Amino acid sequence: MARNPETDAAAIAIEAVVKRFRERGREVPALKALTATVQRGGVTGLIGPDGAGKTTLMRLIAGLLRPDSGRITVLGIDVRSDPLAVQGAIGYMPQRFGLYEDLTVRENLDLYADLHDVDPAERQARYAELLHMTGLAPFTARLAGKLSGGMKQKLGLACTLVRAPALLLLDEPTVGVDPVSRRELWQIIDTLTRTEGMTVLLSTAYLDEAERCRSVLLMHEGTLIGEGDPKQRTETMGGRSFHVDAEGTGRRRLQALLAGAPGVLDAVIQGSHVRIVTRPGATATVEALLPTLPGAQLVAVPPRFEDSFIDLLSEHGTAQAKMAPPPVDPVAAKDEQDEIVVEGLTRRFGDFYAVKDVSFRVRRGEIFGLLGANGAGKSTTFRMLCGLLPPSAGTLRVAGVDLRAAAAAARARIGYMAQRFSLYGDLSVMQNLRFISAAYGLGGQRQRDRISWALAEFELAALADATSRDLPLGYKQRLALAAALMHEPDILFLDEPTSGVDPLARREFWRRINGLAEAGVTVLVTTHFMEEAEYCDRLLIMAQGQVLAEGTSESVKARARSAALPEPTMEDAFIALVQAAIHPEIAA
Amino acid sequence: MSIRISRRLRGLVRKEFVQIRRDPSSLAIAFLLPALLLLLFGYGVSLDAYHVRVGVVVTQPTAETASFTSHLQHSPYFAPVALPDIQAAERAIGRREISAILWLREDFTRKLLASGGAPIGVMLDGVDANTARIVEGYLQQTWQTWLAARAAEVGQPVPGATISGALAVTGRVWFNPAVQSRDYLVPGLIAVIMTLTGALLTALVIAREWERGTLEALMVTPVSLREIIVSKLAPYFVLGMGGMAVSVAMAVWLFHVPLRGSFAVLVLAASLFMGAALGMGLLISSVARNQFVAGQIAIIVTFLPAFILSGFIFDIGSMPEPIRLFTYLVAARYFVAILQSVFLAGDVWSVILPNAAALVAMAAIFLGLARLVTRKRLD
Repeated sequence: MARNPETDAAAIAIEAVVKRFRERGREVPALKALTATVQRGGVTGLIGPDGAGKTTLMRLIAGLLRPDSGRITVLGIDVRSDPLAVQGAIGYMPQRFGLYEDLTVRENLDLYADLHDVDPAERQARYAELLHMTGLAPFTARLAGKLSGGMKQKLGLACTLVRAPALLLLDEPTVGVDPVSRRELWQIIDTLTRTEGMTVLLSTAYLDEAERCRSVLLMHEGTLIGEGDPKQRTETMGGRSFHVDAEGTGRRRLQALLAGAPGVLDAVIQGSHVRIVTRPGATATVEALLPTLPGAQLVAVPPRFEDSFIDLLSEHGTAQAKMAPPPVDPVAAKDEQDEIVVEGLTRRFGDFYAVKDVSFRVRRGEIFGLLGANGAGKSTTFRMLCGLLPPSAGTLRVAGVDLRAAAAAARARIGYMAQRFSLYGDLSVMQNLRFISAAYGLGGQRQRDRISWALAEFELAALADATSRDLPLGYKQRLALAAALMHEPDILFLDEPTSGVDPLARREFWRRINGLAEAGVTVLVTTHFMEEAEYCDRLLIMAQGQVLAEGTSESVKARARSAALPEPTMEDAFIALVQAAIHPEIAA
Repeated sequence: MSIRISRRLRGLVRKEFVQIRRDPSSLAIAFLLPALLLLLFGYGVSLDAYHVRVGVVVTQPTAETASFTSHLQHSPYFAPVALPDIQAAERAIGRREISAILWLREDFTRKLLASGGAPIGVMLDGVDANTARIVEGYLQQTWQTWLAARAAEVGQPVPGATISGALAVTGRVWFNPAVQSRDYLVPGLIAVIMTLTGALLTALVIAREWERGTLEALMVTPVSLREIIVSKLAPYFVLGMGGMAVSVAMAVWLFHVPLRGSFAVLVLAASLFMGAALGMGLLISSVARNQFVAGQIAIIVTFLPAFILSGFIFDIGSMPEPIRLFTYLVAARYFVAILQSVFLAGDVWSVILPNAAALVAMAAIFLGLARLVTRKRLD
């Protein structure tokens, strides 16, 4: 095997790698001449939104795909010429963990030990170590399919570790896993790199995870847009991040004003404040940024990794749509009328309570968030609210209509945006809008007006004839929201509306949602992005079908405040609440 | 060639058997599907007509008409229904209560006594042309035997034959003396069923691993492609042969099909055929990465050609030339020939050897192709 001293030093050397996929007769570039190195030791994060090419790169490194051109060297071995040698030296966990669900925990470990040719004499000690580390020791006889999502993920990790690999590839290990398990996984990874000197390459779409990495590779649309120490990257953003407060101006209005200000790069709601990042070189004073609101307060806050990512993306020409701020006088001031009333809502499947005695109220013009891990009962609650699933017990009133009596009447006033957007992929943007508006009973002049409104408002006019399947994810999301708004609903239900969408598209999406709420539309949203919970007026945290906490993001966060954690994040609060409720053994 | 089986291969095969035990779907394909299909086709598909309901209209009953109808009564092929007149019979055939009308007119006895022969009226329900033709033949045969028996009894010559005891054509059926269509259908059916189970087993099992993302994880271990393929073939070969055993047992003990050849030839031919069928399944799985598509393809490219083009039901010799050439690509055709020989005739080497050679070629082609197109990669 030819060894090259230069590339040997690095764990992974990627040189001008090009990879294209053929899709319905068209060549779609996945990686565009990507060059990068991963140093030995520690965790390197492969960071980027969905579709950036992270999984393709992981598979190329593991020898599962062959590059169209370019070269990848892993631990000094050329992947193309000797994939088997590479595969013998690395551990790889694909997105769905690669577990055999009809095998027990122990049998899965045995299989992977056999595949890696681990001597039976060495196994007991290694298993004991892995089971202790992952906390799976009590469950060795359980079928992998019967484990929770977090436990599956830890077993998947243990299987790749049966014969301590020199390099570990983890493809989005934290997707779809609740924050508690996410944190536990990171503890395991930290232990591995510290005590076993393992090199880990981990891909993720969560920007907050970048801060835990020794170095990061930032990907966007198949190219590397940045790399290096995340802390250094974050530090370069110093002096550009602020909290803004303005007495007498609503936070959404304030955010909209700030987002439109020329000196502001990024403005997001965080609790009761608006957090901004200024453009490089902009004068960070209230007078310069907000001449119309001289009473506003500017407080410097420490930068975070996401700020540098936004900065980088904006440099790479991912232009943000310029949106007019909502009207100064909101059409309808928030009144005290409850648009959604849920009391004692219960849904049983046999003996299993998917949702148990859930009660909450949402006022007109409010943004209300539903948070919880997978299986917490969010989707079931949502389906009942949309009238798609009859409740076993409880009261459900939406827009003053009892859903159990007149689901169809209620549905006419609800706009619904489903997970994964549920568009007709083979239809064009225009055809989708026409079909969906017709399905809601729109016709004639009103239909034409609404379609031209949607094309203008969501800047889809240029793409009216494009097949919606081929749209970038951010545009699909816009189209899905436009479709949900065709019949001008009073209430908007959004089920995981931003999953997989890059941070800029997410910001733009939330600005639209804020605008709608200001105009009096009631919004109910589920999300697993903890920071998005901050955008909600009030939120509900669910676990195992029950309500753990309800209130504003500030009040929920306050519950986790302690001497050790004076400024808990939303994730800290969520973990504290869930651990206290369902993981008493971990909390203890 | 090393006999040592690597730890990796042992681990993979053990895993496959544990999965077979836990997930009954592959056991169902191997054992339940053949049994079910054999029952369904064995009892449902028959080219013979038994107990055909025939409406008998006798306009003027006499001793002769009574003799003929009782002869009819004793035939296993007919279940005569006496009807008062032709109008009633026509209504009955219209309602599909009977499949044929036999009409003995008022001049039946007179003509019979006068010449020794008499016309009988036969009307057939032509909706099912196949059955109609069989019934027509049976009726004609029954009529002839009754006439001959009667002629011998009364010493009258058989009409059309001037000299008593002259040449008469006698049919003799070889290999299947009872002319039971089931006896030659069931062996052929076994071949068709094993095509489906063999291809379905491997195709579905590998597609399932694609669906669940386990194959991706498997590929990034130091396991070789040969080990993956062998670990998929060996367990399902055992399972497929088990299904074959069930089918043969059912053929012999349930359908009472004679097994005249040797068991060893049966096992050997079945092994060769199973190799070809599993190879087809492997080939399918390299194209289809979800179970639904794999199942569809398996039915369309293996089951249907085996059913129609293997010669088990439709004679290959009477197919148009291009289609006949195409049947050489259907592995089931060779297995059907061997099975029919082993079951009905015995070890006829002139049939078995060329067909076995063809099966070796088919197994080599399909397994070789599968090995060629399967990659330890995702693209």
